[in-house]
Amino acid sequence: MNFVRLAFVAFCFLTVQGAANAAGGGAHPDGPEGGFEFEGPFGKFEMHSVQRGYQVYKEVCASCHSMKLLSYRNLGEVGGPFYDPDYPNANDNPLIKAFAAEDIIVDTIPDEYGDYPLRPARPSDAFRSPYPNDSAAAAANNGAIPPDLSVITKARAGGADYIYDLIRGYPSTDAISYVGDETLIDPTKVSGSGIYLKSQVSSRPSDVGDLIQPIGQYYNPYMPGDTVANYTGDPRHPPKGGFLAMAPQLTDGRVEYLDGTAATVDQMAYDVAQFLAWASDPKVTNRKSLGLSVMLYLLGLAIIVWFSYRKIWRNVKH
Amino acid sequence: MSGHESTYQPTNGFTKWLDSRLPIVRLLYDTVITFPTPKNLNYWYVFGAVLSICLGIQIVTGIVLAMHYEPSVDGAFASVERIMRDVPYGWLLRYVHANGASFFFLAVYIHMFRGLYYGSYKGPRDMLWILGCLIFFLMIATAFLGYMLPWGQMSFHGANVITGLIGALPLIGEPVQTWLMGGPSLGNATLQRFFSLHYLLPFMIAGVVVLHVWALHVPGNNNPTGVEVQNAEVETVPFHPYYTVKDGFAVLVFLLVFFAFVFYTPNVLGHADNFIEANPLVTPAHIVPEWYLLPFYAILRAITFDIGPMSAKLLGVLAMFGSLAVLFVLPWLDTSKVKSMRYRPIARQFFFGFVFTCLMLGWCGATNPDTPIVPFGNDKLVISYIDEAGESQQETFKEFAPADIFISRLPESANASIAVEAAPAFRFVHLAQLLTAYYFAYFLIILPFLGFREKTDPEPDSIEKAVEAEHKARSKVSTGDQAGASA
Repeated sequence: MNFVRLAFVAFCFLTVQGAANAAGGGAHPDGPEGGFEFEGPFGKFEMHSVQRGYQVYKEVCASCHSMKLLSYRNLGEVGGPFYDPDYPNANDNPLIKAFAAEDIIVDTIPDEYGDYPLRPARPSDAFRSPYPNDSAAAAANNGAIPPDLSVITKARAGGADYIYDLIRGYPSTDAISYVGDETLIDPTKVSGSGIYLKSQVSSRPSDVGDLIQPIGQYYNPYMPGDTVANYTGDPRHPPKGGFLAMAPQLTDGRVEYLDGTAATVDQMAYDVAQFLAWASDPKVTNRKSLGLSVMLYLLGLAIIVWFSYRKIWRNVKH
Repeated sequence: MSGHESTYQPTNGFTKWLDSRLPIVRLLYDTVITFPTPKNLNYWYVFGAVLSICLGIQIVTGIVLAMHYEPSVDGAFASVERIMRDVPYGWLLRYVHANGASFFFLAVYIHMFRGLYYGSYKGPRDMLWILGCLIFFLMIATAFLGYMLPWGQMSFHGANVITGLIGALPLIGEPVQTWLMGGPSLGNATLQRFFSLHYLLPFMIAGVVVLHVWALHVPGNNNPTGVEVQNAEVETVPFHPYYTVKDGFAVLVFLLVFFAFVFYTPNVLGHADNFIEANPLVTPAHIVPEWYLLPFYAILRAITFDIGPMSAKLLGVLAMFGSLAVLFVLPWLDTSKVKSMRYRPIARQFFFGFVFTCLMLGWCGATNPDTPIVPFGNDKLVISYIDEAGESQQETFKEFAPADIFISRLPESANASIAVEAAPAFRFVHLAQLLTAYYFAYFLIILPFLGFREKTDPEPDSIEKAVEAEHKARSKVSTGDQAGASA
């Protein structure tokens, strides 16, 4: 009985934290149907998907987003998407060398004249950043700095589900209309906006308006933010979501997968979200398998100690 | 370190030599082997052992983490991630240390509520309680300093809020704030001294823990009846093996829960924003501390009114520190002669109300204070515009449709805008004010007055009698059950 009460108190303490993390603004990300392979206590990354995700990152995301905390070698290390048991040291892996050599970076060591020469990257180098510094990144992107993606799934509530929903959550073309020089979004045609209407036959309710999209910004129902200032409907019930500087990036066939998988928007979103989840926390598989042994060991020991306790206390009335 | 007679016998030449010069083995033997401990301690009494394990885990993982951590504004964030990626088992060290802080506080809160329920703060254990409060205060300081070190968004802006609060104190506030920050604003100097102090304080905690154990072993343990040991022969058992095995079992169960978090949901107790590198120019939408400090944060934010010359900000700071300070004088606030709440039927109800209050304060701390709980009426729409005479006018509507028509009929030059006028409501800030009032009333009004007025239940004559009565009641219930089953 004591233990039930103890567990209840512990539960109460920890649920308080749940409320702390429930930040408002964007629609709640549901993620892909059926979830990701790496979820759950025994989940592992689907490495083919992580490999494809790296391709999407490389060909689409990397033109604006840096991943400063990752090195090319990480791709070929144990638990990485291109790990090859023939090359326990990822720096020797020819595939990783080839990936690195595709990028030309500024050397960190000056040459004999004191200049920093350009050279192809090596596996030990960090991923090439698209911009030399934040000012350059902001100048090229309408004042908004594209966030570094190294730990992005840990840095956003919802993690990989959020990434997946965000990049495929932009309004479809039938929700967008152009009046004069204004771009209007009809929130009843955007799934996730909170005002979405499944059947569009009847006229929309009188308190629903349009979202006026600011120039250089894009509406997304999953982006944490506030739409009320740009909404022509009832300001007490604005659509969920916010505006961000990133235009919708994925269209069917945007990349051509090397393994022949059809590059639909959903598939690319799924793969890149899985890749980013791996990049944010590459030791997940390691962690869960060690966790299982530790839990089993502690459980076994606890059972033995409990029986010892019963035996030692058997003659003491307490 | 113990009040009982030593029974240690040095067995060989070395231990005899040592015992006559530095009786350290005798000290340990008397403290953790033969120490007479009441035999009726229940599972709420295991958290002392759990906490010593927590402190050990934090110190060991912390020392190794410090070997890899870089206390600079340019390198801190990346070095923490580097520990997670490139240091062998660095991810384990970091997750154990981060979640270890949470579980340290979980255990200390249960330990303190246990002390409150069974009256363990009353003399002759008042000094024991005060030392415990000192440990708790040092723990809060250590946790706050440590949360700064990953140099994430919550680290930076949380530290900014708290150092700003210290600056609100009169006279000493600003010099202390400048000294803490190492300059006029948060920066590299702040991070370095936070790191230094974060390394120092755990060893101060360890020192006070030694005093805490010492102060425990002079009067001996309290127990669920609150009645002192009268006959050590029958009412106590030696600490080892009786309590080493019981505490050992509890520690293992605690570790099972702890490692479930470490290995399967290591980030669920933290905030996603702290994985964004600190940026002084971007403030997070909601600045919240870690869960274990939320009740104090709620008390801080609950004070939204000035009293005389004192601003709401200063009062909030005083209330927050007051909520800790009041714990130190609790032994003299509770006037009841009966220790255990088992025999205090009225006080017991107030105690459970107090536990509930602390949990609810945590909820208030996590929630935006302006969020309504019970709204009175609906939000209204207010249209502001400029009429033909050039005067600003306002028009209030309940429904959106007429408001929309009204706007569409106004000329372009009216420069109309629509805004929401929030209906009056009972908000989280109001709930936090009520709960804060109860928090202080529990210590300053309820416990002092209840001691004089409450009609307590009869206490058992001795621990032995209480144990026997409990066994009798238990066997009656079980035979009753059997009778019911056979019928």
